[in-house]
Amino acid sequence: MARRGRPPFLDRRRYRRTRLRDAACLLPVLGAALLLVPLLWPASGQGTPPSNAGALLYLFGVWAGPILAAGILSRLLRSGGQPEDAPEDGL
Amino acid sequence: MGRRVLLIEDEPNIVEALSFILTRDGWTVHAHADGATAMERVRSGSPEVIVLDAMLPGLSGFEVLRALRADPATAAIPVLMLTARGQEKDRHLALRLGATGFMTKPFANAELVAEVRRLAGG
Amino acid sequence: MTLTFNTLVAVSLVYVALLFAVAFAAERGARRGRDRWLRSPLVYTLSLSIYCTAWTFYGAVGYAARSGLEFLTIYLGPSLVMIGWWWTLRRLVRIGRAQRITSIADLLSARFGKSGPIGAIVTLMAVAGITPYIALQLQSISLSFAAFAQGMAGGRMAEDAGLVAIWTAAGLALFTVLFGTRNLDPSERHHGIVMAIAVEAVVKLVALLAVGVFVVWGLAGGVAATLERIDASPVPLWQGEGARWAGLILLSAAAFVTLPRMFHVMVVENEDDRQLAVASWAFPLYVLAMSLFVVPIAVMGLDRLPAGSNPDLFVLTLPLAEGEVALSLLSFLGGFSSATSMVIVATIALSTMVSNHIVAPLFLRGRPAEQSSRDLRRVVLLSRRLSVAGVLALGYLYFRWTGTGAALSAIGLIAFAGVAQILPAMVGGLVWRGATARGAGAGLLVGAAVWAWTLFLPSFGALPPEVHAAGPWGLDWLRPHALFGLEGMDPLLHSVLWSLALNTLVFLGVSLVTFPSPVERLQGEAFVNIFDSAVAPRAVGRGGGEAEELLVIAGRVLGQDAALDFFRREAEAQGQSGHLPDVTPAFVAALERQLAGSVGSAAAHAIVSQVAKGATVTVEDLMAVAGEAQRIMDYSARLEAKSAELERTARALREALGKLTRLAEQKDAFLSRISHELRTPMTAIRSFSAILREEGLRPEEVRRFAAIVEGEAERLTQLLDELLDLSIPAAGAHPARPARGAAVRCHRPGPGGGRGGAVRPPAGPARSGCRGDPGLHGSRPSGTGVHQPGLQRAQVLRRTGSGAAHRGASAGNRDCRGFHRQRARNSGRRARSGLRILRPPALCAGAGGARWGGAGPGHLPRGDGKAGRIRDLSARHGRGGLSRGAAAEACPGGRIACVVNGISTIFLPA
Repeated sequence: MARRGRPPFLDRRRYRRTRLRDAACLLPVLGAALLLVPLLWPASGQGTPPSNAGALLYLFGVWAGPILAAGILSRLLRSGGQPEDAPEDGL
Repeated sequence: MGRRVLLIEDEPNIVEALSFILTRDGWTVHAHADGATAMERVRSGSPEVIVLDAMLPGLSGFEVLRALRADPATAAIPVLMLTARGQEKDRHLALRLGATGFMTKPFANAELVAEVRRLAGG
Repeated sequence: MTLTFNTLVAVSLVYVALLFAVAFAAERGARRGRDRWLRSPLVYTLSLSIYCTAWTFYGAVGYAARSGLEFLTIYLGPSLVMIGWWWTLRRLVRIGRAQRITSIADLLSARFGKSGPIGAIVTLMAVAGITPYIALQLQSISLSFAAFAQGMAGGRMAEDAGLVAIWTAAGLALFTVLFGTRNLDPSERHHGIVMAIAVEAVVKLVALLAVGVFVVWGLAGGVAATLERIDASPVPLWQGEGARWAGLILLSAAAFVTLPRMFHVMVVENEDDRQLAVASWAFPLYVLAMSLFVVPIAVMGLDRLPAGSNPDLFVLTLPLAEGEVALSLLSFLGGFSSATSMVIVATIALSTMVSNHIVAPLFLRGRPAEQSSRDLRRVVLLSRRLSVAGVLALGYLYFRWTGTGAALSAIGLIAFAGVAQILPAMVGGLVWRGATARGAGAGLLVGAAVWAWTLFLPSFGALPPEVHAAGPWGLDWLRPHALFGLEGMDPLLHSVLWSLALNTLVFLGVSLVTFPSPVERLQGEAFVNIFDSAVAPRAVGRGGGEAEELLVIAGRVLGQDAALDFFRREAEAQGQSGHLPDVTPAFVAALERQLAGSVGSAAAHAIVSQVAKGATVTVEDLMAVAGEAQRIMDYSARLEAKSAELERTARALREALGKLTRLAEQKDAFLSRISHELRTPMTAIRSFSAILREEGLRPEEVRRFAAIVEGEAERLTQLLDELLDLSIPAAGAHPARPARGAAVRCHRPGPGGGRGGAVRPPAGPARSGCRGDPGLHGSRPSGTGVHQPGLQRAQVLRRTGSGAAHRGASAGNRDCRGFHRQRARNSGRRARSGLRILRPPALCAGAGGARWGGAGPGHLPRGDGKAGRIRDLSARHGRGGLSRGAAAEACPGGRIACVVNGISTIFLPA
């Protein structure tokens, strides 16, 4: 109902903003995937697990990465239009 | 030959009455009955005074008056307008269109003659 | 520097006093409108840090010392949730603002049709789940006191951990009651407490970072050295517990949004999306910082502290053991902050839930509404305060019951698993319109039961060992740690798996087979379509959720089609191709006016401004509005009927007026025509008559002129006949009785005699003329050759009021006939006389008379010099007209022949 009459293509600015939202939605998925990598690590005693420091650095690394990305995205999303009155894509 | 007066009037009895009293007063009277051809008659006859009836066949007296006043050759000729309708708006219309005098029918003979004289400047 | 126990207590009290001051200042600032600062995203982010409790502050190190990297799962789950705020928390926060949600129990209750039971169930589950958590905080505080107390000169409290706990609980209760339940704010926002929590968040972060820096750079000798030590640690950081790793990330993510205190600071205290946008990266950064030094501290603690030390207290005991008293004091304050902030917010959230969903419904039951509303405020405040005390008391009891044996992290996870039971109903309610109250209730109860049986009750030894071993009543498939025979699993995972699985299954199943109430369906629509998009994210183009929200509301008020039309028109006016206009102030104003037409301006304003502020109309609002709208519609229907009637009348009037105008025009044209037709012959007659009176005419001229006069007179007569035979419009409407005036005209036969009217040839002998007196009493015409009718008669002509119509008698005779006419320019005289007596000029033309137009009542032209005598009949007979007798009197000697249409015909004797 509400989508009748929506233009099939968006102008450049809106297109950019839409892709930003896509990125914001994908970010936690990416983060979760990276955080589940330890499941592939062999347990101690079977094979060679990563060193303690390596595991620690990896986890903090895949933690800090998405945080940085989220900071950038949040800034871009806010400058691209107030989230308050921006069109909502829900979920 | 006296001064020329042109009667533009379609009612023969009125023409006769006017002719009688004006002729007796010393006027040379010509009569014309049709509104549509009245202008030509005026140009050819060059009367000193015109007595014009409001209701004419062909073209109404008011239209004739308008045409007379629009033509520089005839614009200065005094016109006495006669009307039988007797309504105030006719008088206004006639004066606005440039009639020199206005009388309603029926008229008193003496008054009419006096008016024609006055118009002729005599 | 030595630290006495009393110093420790004093420092704690000073710190608490500081928190009080901060809270007071913040509340004052908020009351004075200086709250922009308080609403900043930074404060919001810091307030979210109550996720990091004493469990985090102390427990994470213990956790890491025991299980390696697994402690990270507790932070990773929430971090993912925050990073994915765009499609998780934004919806939750938006709904919270739109529906003015006050707690997580309120959220579920509102979603499921303002269901009381759902609210109560969630409240009870939350209390059950959070009680261990509060106990955990009390435990950590007493443990930290105890850690300091070792080898320290102190009082009785140093030995009695329970005493510390109870004093702490009492102090916290006081603070919470003071700032958390001081007033009843419908928004349930507590600026003072949020501010105090923000300060505490800074304190605990600084404390933990300080200890970490001390450990890494002070003890280990740099980052590289620390990493070497970590590598050399006997405890492997990755212990291969893949299932727990994934499960705990999921559990902590679930708990992050379902924990009552988290829900409170995240949703209830939220002001706008901007706060959330900043917190999306700032909060993960905060918890990352909080956990950055956990592993180094754990490794160093294991390295340097004597074996058997409680790793949960390494943060405190490590600097203490190294002689860093100030640092350990800071660390103590950090732990203290962690514990107190969590307890404060948790008790506020719980007390709100208890008073709103348990106490208030019980109180309202069976009480009349007007009494309730007066007392409710008092009752709710009281119940909040009692709830605060009650929750803290419960936590204390749990603490006493479980003792201090259990590891901090274990207690925290039990609480997590408990509140996670809310997740299926919450997520389902937010994304699935098919979720019903019964489904949610059943799912919650099943999940809570399984959680209690498999995790909660065993946690404090409530179940006897034989039940653990063989199940209740010998039902071994009900063994708490091996439900349905699933053995060998980690008890926590086992419980979470079964409880959430059964919970979700029952919730979905029951929802599918039950039917929601109307209010439930309405609320479901409002929740699921908070951005007007159901499940799938849709491509975002133009338009907006706000416009769609307004469209939904407008549709409810105006009807779908009318609302769609209006929105499309507005969009076109804005030059947009779609049918959702931008929500400009002009558009909002236009919509408000449109709505005001249906529901009244007040209601329209309320609706529109609520939507514009981001708050939707609740069901009650809608119902109230609907009632008002119905009344207004009834009223406007009546008005419409009335105005339709008026419209019809006005149309009829317009038609009548048009008819009258046309009639008047016709009348003017008619009169003008008549005038012309009559005057033309009269002109000739008058002119020739005048000529004939002169001397010196030749006889043939005389004859000819007389013939013309006669001919014209005949023509005039014919015209009059025709005229009088005419039926004048509207004549039939005239009454038969004489109207206001009447004219009487009497003729007497002249000496000429004979009926000559019909003589056509103009060669007639007589000269016609009239010298008669037109007076009412008749006249004796004189003059030569006056041609008079043979029969003397009088005609009485009637005038009809001021009327335009004139009538002549249709008596049939053609010999003598009076007529009456009226001209517009006589109207001024009419008023004076009300009567006009007119003379046919053909009969009475006078040589020296005025023109006909000059003749008026009483001033008839003097034809022959004799004055006519005219009487104003209206003076004599009144304005009622001429009666039969009056007519006879007017013409003395006359015999009234007939009266037709008010016209008397009178015969006068010769």
